[in-house]
Amino acid sequence: MPRNGLLIQQDWCTGCHACEVACKQEHNFSGGMVGIKVDEVVSTGPDKVYVDFMPYTTRFCDLCAERTKAGEQPACVKHCQATCITYGTVAELAILMDKQPRSSIFAPK
Amino acid sequence: MAKSKENKVLSTLWSAGCGSHGGCGCEIYVQDGKVARVEGDKNHPFNQGRLCAKGLAISQYMYHPDRVLYPLKRTGERGEGKWQRITWDEAYDTIEKRLKDIRAKHGAESVIFCQGTGRDIGGPITFLMYAYGSPNWVQVGLAGHACYTPRLGAMFATQGHYSVLDASQMLEKRYDSPEWTPPKYIIIWAQNPAAGCHDGFFGHWIIDCMKRGSKLITIDPRSTWFSTRSEVHLQNRPGTDGAIALGMLNVIINEGIYDKVFVEKWCYGFDELKERVQEYTPEKVEEISWVPKELLIKAARLFAKNKPSAIQWGEPVDAMPAGSVVAQAINHLWAITGNIDNPGGNVIARNSHGVTTYPFSSAELTKLYGADLVKKLNEKRIGANDYPMIKNFRGWVQPDVLIDQLETDKPYPIKGAWIQTSNIIGGQAADPRRHYNAMKKLDFIVCVDLFQNPTSMALADIFLPACTICEKESFRSWWQPLGVSVKAVEGVGEAKSDWEINLDLAKRLATTPIKYNTVRELIDDRLKDGNTNFEKLKAKGCWEYPPEGHNTRPYYRYEKGLLRADGKPGFETPTGKVELYSKKYEEWGLDPLPYYEEPKESSVATPELAKKYPLILTTGRRSPVFFHSEHRMIPWLRELDPFPMCEINDKTAEELGIGNGDWVYIENTHGKIKMKAKVTPTAHPKVVTAPHGWWLPETDGKAPNLFSTWEHNINNLTSMGNQGKSGFGGTDYRSGLCRVFKINGGKE
Ligand code: SF4
Ligand code: SF4
Ligand code: SF4
Repeated sequence: MPRNGLLIQQDWCTGCHACEVACKQEHNFSGGMVGIKVDEVVSTGPDKVYVDFMPYTTRFCDLCAERTKAGEQPACVKHCQATCITYGTVAELAILMDKQPRSSIFAPK
Repeated sequence: MAKSKENKVLSTLWSAGCGSHGGCGCEIYVQDGKVARVEGDKNHPFNQGRLCAKGLAISQYMYHPDRVLYPLKRTGERGEGKWQRITWDEAYDTIEKRLKDIRAKHGAESVIFCQGTGRDIGGPITFLMYAYGSPNWVQVGLAGHACYTPRLGAMFATQGHYSVLDASQMLEKRYDSPEWTPPKYIIIWAQNPAAGCHDGFFGHWIIDCMKRGSKLITIDPRSTWFSTRSEVHLQNRPGTDGAIALGMLNVIINEGIYDKVFVEKWCYGFDELKERVQEYTPEKVEEISWVPKELLIKAARLFAKNKPSAIQWGEPVDAMPAGSVVAQAINHLWAITGNIDNPGGNVIARNSHGVTTYPFSSAELTKLYGADLVKKLNEKRIGANDYPMIKNFRGWVQPDVLIDQLETDKPYPIKGAWIQTSNIIGGQAADPRRHYNAMKKLDFIVCVDLFQNPTSMALADIFLPACTICEKESFRSWWQPLGVSVKAVEGVGEAKSDWEINLDLAKRLATTPIKYNTVRELIDDRLKDGNTNFEKLKAKGCWEYPPEGHNTRPYYRYEKGLLRADGKPGFETPTGKVELYSKKYEEWGLDPLPYYEEPKESSVATPELAKKYPLILTTGRRSPVFFHSEHRMIPWLRELDPFPMCEINDKTAEELGIGNGDWVYIENTHGKIKMKAKVTPTAHPKVVTAPHGWWLPETDGKAPNLFSTWEHNINNLTSMGNQGKSGFGGTDYRSGLCRVFKINGGKE
């Protein structure tokens, strides 16, 4: 079985939090439980202050097993407003990542 | 989840639930008569499968334990929080009797019809109001009507129609449309588009354009995700946007980098504008706005020399007394560069198929009710006689004039209020205390809403429970496409749709018979201008774009005679051109050319006051997970933004001894409110930004606490009565003065 994961192009992530709510809705998580989180990353450069966001999966991410089995995209992938999350096998994602600045692959399980 | 048993219903979002302005297409999954979840519709061109956080939390909103599910009547004093469940019949009977009594004794105009944000609600409210006979449709407390209306009014005067950034949203094939091209540069002017769908524009369309090559120029006092990715960031002093626009016009005109062919053929008053902008040299603008002149010049050149380019603007443009003037100047930027109704420019946006949700403009009203009624209504409409622009642009009341009238009973007393999904005290109104005091003495108040909130708790005599978008039939017409909302489930509890409630009551209150038996008949009647009906649109997946050649479809309609009522080429203005010198402003007694006006309170206008309150307070910072004062009770959303947080610069905070996460007071001449401090270098050292609409639904709702609205609502620090000369534009929402200090060592 090839290992699956998410390619997150965090350079495009606007911090809109849609992925987090998509995940909570999909799994009916409550009490702050969630499969993906998004942090603000502020860094001060020589010329200006940079604002970026960093989405990352948690231990509760099951890559939307039920949805993907039915041929659907994971809830966060479908709803990401910046379309910056891709689902696939780690091998496929690595090829995509080769051309993407500031990106990461999460293979939660 | 046994998802196989779910039934999928397609619909359009534009009402309570996600709440905001956009028209996302959605899939509503229904199981056993309940909404199990809401997802984006991949086939809908508006959002292409995506939804924002608020849309994805709709099911939690619908089935929230605090939602009001039955009509209520107040049994104690106003604000005591004593309610009794009643039937719809009893509620309707009471409302009918009380409103008819008021009309008989004081005239229909003494009842105001109060709206909150713009979504599918304007239609139902005005429909009921005109049936009752009142002219007073109002966004109570929205000082200077500062939310899009000043910008709309300025565009209406200048170019006859409205424009928005062209992200291909006017075409069904979207980014694949062969006639579309992305803007080369996008100026993001005072907005965080990522926070939602402001003014009906899905914010992430900007990101879609960036992926297709658009570059950015950002005008914002804060450092943001967008400024990070911008070639130029103009970090301005809040409230000086007018000077920046005039300075850019100065550079573009004096360097001769405007579109000479377009200006020659399609603009009126260029020489007068040229003369006016001479005052606004980059040096002078730097002095006013803090923006280094090199950056201003660079931004002006990039914008003018790279066609097509477009401007995406936000509410702060409206939120200064000269709002309608600032908007005019920004409009001129896209006009003289020829970026109007061109692909990738500021495309003219008209309501799809010519359908409107209900007549709002004088012209449309006249068509429906006759000139006599419109004339009669305008005589009594609050503010219409003080401000020609208010009178001649849409049917609204001027809110700053209203609050005076509420207090003085002059020229006539206000006796009743119909408040429909509007949280006046907890969100919409500037100086909410003043509105609370003025409104609690009214004889009769109805609130139609989904949750108790500071306004309904403080004021309602009768509370009517309204539906979310998933529980009702409605329709959407705001730019493109034309859409319908499909009822996926019955109203939760006994909730009814706004259209249904208002049609029921219009039948009881109307002075001439209402021609519709059902909401469906009304909707189909409105849709008939578009040669379609509810069922046809539903069968198509809930949306439709107008056919080729239709005057609500782009591009270059001014060349084709598709903008003017007389069918001639040109723009729908007195001169048929884009009026850089506005004949309408002149007719309305206003300066026909743009100018800069200093905020009423600032280090320049009131240096003594600025010594006491040395920081600039900008309110209304958007959160991506809330819409205005809504959603604070929704766990999935509140978890993401749990506290009212003001942003303060790290060095400024250090000087003030404020640490990240400390509770602070923000104080000015109006009083003080509490927020947590987010200490960050993204804030300008002299500017504090605060979100609006904060109340705590988990705290005591009864007066005086009213869900902690007096403690946390930033509008308590803003004022009424600062409207501009046109009546559109105001107040100190974005450029007030304040000081900030730590509470109790930072603990609450
Ligand atoms: S893949 Fe599914 S489970 Fe994982 S973060 Fe995304 S939505 Fe949550
Ligand atoms: S939905 Fe996409 S853009 Fe929004 S926070 Fe998540 S990863 Fe970022
Ligand atoms: S973007 Fe606007 S219309 Fe779409 S789900 Fe969010 S609030 Fe609703």
